[in-house]
Amino acid sequence: MGEFFRVLTDNASLFREGFYNTVKLFLIAGVGSLVLGMLLGAMRVSPVPALRAFGATYVNLVRNTPLTLVFAFLVFAVPKLDVNIDYFNSACIALTAYTSAFICEVVRSGVNTVATGQAEAARALGMTFAQVLTLIVLPQALRAMVPPMMSVLIAMLKNTTIAAGFSVLEAGAIPAYMSERGEPQFIVLTWIVIGFLILILPLVVLQRILERKWAVAR
Amino acid sequence: MSSSSVLYDIPGPKARLRNRILGIVSIAAIVALLAFVVYKFDQTGQFEARKWEQFQYAAVQRELLNGLWATLKVAAVATVLALLFGAFFASARLSDKVLFRAPATFVVELFRAIPLLILIFFGYYVPLQYGWPIDKFWALVIGLTLYNGSVLAEIFRAGINAVPYGQSEGAYAIGMRKNQVLRLILLPQAFRSMLPAIVSQLVVLLKDTALGFIITYPELLFVGKQIGGRLAFGLPYVPTYLIVAAIYISICGLLSVLAWWLQKRLTRLPRTAAKPLPATQTDGGTGVTPL
Repeated sequence: MGEFFRVLTDNASLFREGFYNTVKLFLIAGVGSLVLGMLLGAMRVSPVPALRAFGATYVNLVRNTPLTLVFAFLVFAVPKLDVNIDYFNSACIALTAYTSAFICEVVRSGVNTVATGQAEAARALGMTFAQVLTLIVLPQALRAMVPPMMSVLIAMLKNTTIAAGFSVLEAGAIPAYMSERGEPQFIVLTWIVIGFLILILPLVVLQRILERKWAVAR
Repeated sequence: MSSSSVLYDIPGPKARLRNRILGIVSIAAIVALLAFVVYKFDQTGQFEARKWEQFQYAAVQRELLNGLWATLKVAAVATVLALLFGAFFASARLSDKVLFRAPATFVVELFRAIPLLILIFFGYYVPLQYGWPIDKFWALVIGLTLYNGSVLAEIFRAGINAVPYGQSEGAYAIGMRKNQVLRLILLPQAFRSMLPAIVSQLVVLLKDTALGFIITYPELLFVGKQIGGRLAFGLPYVPTYLIVAAIYISICGLLSVLAWWLQKRLTRLPRTAAKPLPATQTDGGTGVTPL
């Protein structure tokens, strides 16, 4: 047991830096993918066929591509196009590009859960488009979107580990450093698992609370 | 969807004109974006014959095929094991006895919360340190099985629970045993309702085999890195990754289309009292699938 805690205390600075970068990646890519995902989602429910087709193509291409390939493309291929991005920013872009396809789908299916009759009734009352959207559709759609949106974000938090394969020192890269220091890897990996459980747990609890509080009866 | 959207009415003459203008503007923007990408490719010489010519060589094509074969091999073995793992833990979680249910719940929830790459590292770094002879192939298979098996266990459980209660009630009423109810009444109906979700999860599994790149298992992406890094052909990373991406997208895309088709057929010809489970890949939510 003493050995178990020694591994953490002896390498505290490495663990701290690793998880600090994981959280930083998560926050930056989280904001990025929410913004881009909502934009793509808005395209997919818009009345303009060209935008709908663009959104659908993006989602179908990205959802069927491995995230590791997106990382590899940004890190190895993009510099060959004379675009130089450092490793950390490449990781942020890869995670954002990938996750926003899933956010887009959440937005689209959230809007589609609202019954057409709701908006038709609102229009029959003479509401404008802005009123229908902000007073009728979005309040109902947002409630349906939040739980799956949290699932996507939790998946993204776990996906940040892939950056370890592409020269970013985050939690997933700790084992590679530890194998140089000769620390027992089973204990190292167990600490990383504990770290992720600590990060994920509040998100899951928040999701459960929102799900219960915002459940829409249909 | 265009005629019955929640967001807007069937467009009148003014809205049609506005939509057409918006359409033209957005097509122009998309074309400009694509043109910029093509310009950038051309400017940095990505269309040079030198960067593409090695794909004509049989040896390079064989390299790509070997990579694809390695990917498919991992995916196939992990799929079979994950299905077995999922079936076992789903049946344990559905048990009446808390002695079976509690450990199964713990295992399934834990493995869904751990990042897949960390699970793979357990099978890679630990044996590496002690010099145990475990293949990278098996490190990858173990990680994929534990993670996807746990997700599949949840799909199976949700599928069984989605069969209306009246079905098993009716079966018990005509004197069937628990085993018979599960085997003859619940499973056949549940299987139909969860088939699209299972296929979607298999797409996720296939995509995740690309993590083998990080532990240097020679799968498709790893092979792509080697082909792309050849100086003699002007470091053709861009053409190589485009080809690799096309391979992944076409295989995963076909599977996704299959899932979509299964779901459509299921809604058209239900043959089951259970509501179909959604076929969307959430790509690994954690203990949170809102079913």
